[in-house]
Amino acid sequence: MSNIPENLRYSKDHEWVSVDGDTATIGITDYAQHSLGDVVYIDFPRAGDRFASHEAFGSVESVKAVSEIFTPIAGEVTEVNEGLNDSPELVNSDPYGEGWMVKLKMDNPGEVDGMLSGEEYEEYLSSQD
Amino acid sequence: MSTDELKKTPLNEAHKRLGGKMVDFGGWEMPVQYTAGVIEEHNATRLRAGLFDVSHMGEIWVEGRDAIRFVNRLTCNDVTQLADRQAHYTCLTNENGGVVDDLLVYRFGPGKLLLVVNAATTDKDWEWITGKKTDEDDVELKNASEEYCQIAIQGPRAKQILQTMTNVELDNIKYYWFEMGEVDGTEAIISRTGYTGEDGFEVYAAPEFAEQLWSKMLDNGRGSGILPCGLAARNTLRLEAAMSLYGNELGEDITTLESGLGWITKLEQEEGFVGRDALAELKEKGVGRKLVGFEMTEKGIARDGFDVYIGEEKVGNVTSGSPAPFLKKNIGLAFLPAEFAKTGQELKIDIRGKQVAAVVVPIPFYKREKP
Repeated sequence: MSNIPENLRYSKDHEWVSVDGDTATIGITDYAQHSLGDVVYIDFPRAGDRFASHEAFGSVESVKAVSEIFTPIAGEVTEVNEGLNDSPELVNSDPYGEGWMVKLKMDNPGEVDGMLSGEEYEEYLSSQD
Repeated sequence: MSTDELKKTPLNEAHKRLGGKMVDFGGWEMPVQYTAGVIEEHNATRLRAGLFDVSHMGEIWVEGRDAIRFVNRLTCNDVTQLADRQAHYTCLTNENGGVVDDLLVYRFGPGKLLLVVNAATTDKDWEWITGKKTDEDDVELKNASEEYCQIAIQGPRAKQILQTMTNVELDNIKYYWFEMGEVDGTEAIISRTGYTGEDGFEVYAAPEFAEQLWSKMLDNGRGSGILPCGLAARNTLRLEAAMSLYGNELGEDITTLESGLGWITKLEQEEGFVGRDALAELKEKGVGRKLVGFEMTEKGIARDGFDVYIGEEKVGNVTSGSPAPFLKKNIGLAFLPAEFAKTGQELKIDIRGKQVAAVVVPIPFYKREKP
């Protein structure tokens, strides 16, 4: 069973978002990292890049596969997790912590309210099986 | 295809108990990885030992007075050179010198050979082989794929682990030779072969003993750090060792000479083989394309099928591309026009629209140190 913290918001593309003021931290869920297998490389956007909601902002590659990562909310990238360049395996071992991917200054913080709660994401996952 | 239509090996339940992530592999439900993950499984095999279920492979017996002559006519390597208890790697070739399948031929005796073929091509091979038999051929063919499980134990500690389960002196089995004997009390064929680039063995036994052998190898290997390994690690291991995969580097429209299998294409045989003339002609005039290895020199991972460029010109395709977990590089194999197939040739791989630099390097990428 996937680990789904209650205090985060989720997308159907298997990203999570945690909000601090108008900054959103984005990563991929435990379910996503598990499906991908061992992560070896993340293709990041640059600080300053702007993305519309649901736009692909990069990709994450495992030994077996590559998967695009989408931002669930619109905004401007303020920081990427450079630590993952040397330790991409943190996406597998700590997807909700040290495996975070980008921080975004949100255009409209209200957009987060449209995302799934932990409970809703869990329901969504079980409906996919 | 729903999972209940998939074929299962006798170790299917064992894989699930070990947390194997099961996938459809050519119509077989197989573990792509277990809980440790592909990188750990791969490195366990390089450094300690890895255990692989390869029971999906096909086994075809060829028996009779003409067994050697018959198989020699169908395959490009020279079966007459095999001694009893010796095996070799070869290909079933078509009239154009393309590859119907790659396989191992085991010689049990002058009138008894075993062909071990790929899982996804077993039915095709059976049709091909039986179709080549004429009334003049004193051979009996038997598709015995259901009668065997096959377990590969690979890596520097494979021998010591397997030795705990058999009285057969494993040190006496040379690379690409085999013995018959008991493994954990069960009649088995013990072959010093593999698909990982490591020393190791492949054990064939009756399917009802598969679970017993598998569990015992894991138990006896625990102290040595053995891990069960899925298809993902099997693929990255063979890729580091630059061993070809049927459907990627090998196929009916690719000749053995293009795939770098000149070393098993024995053109100077008295009786010849299917495709010999085509291959001899190709060798005479030179191949137009050749299989090469490359590694990425910029960040990015080449994947199967990606386009390869030199300058503005598309010159080929990646046949297999992946991160290499032990070498910690991103590597791949590709067919290139012969004039570019040289070490140091700079390439660009089209990775989702981005041209990323790579360079041709010698293969194999990984070669184990021989004791």
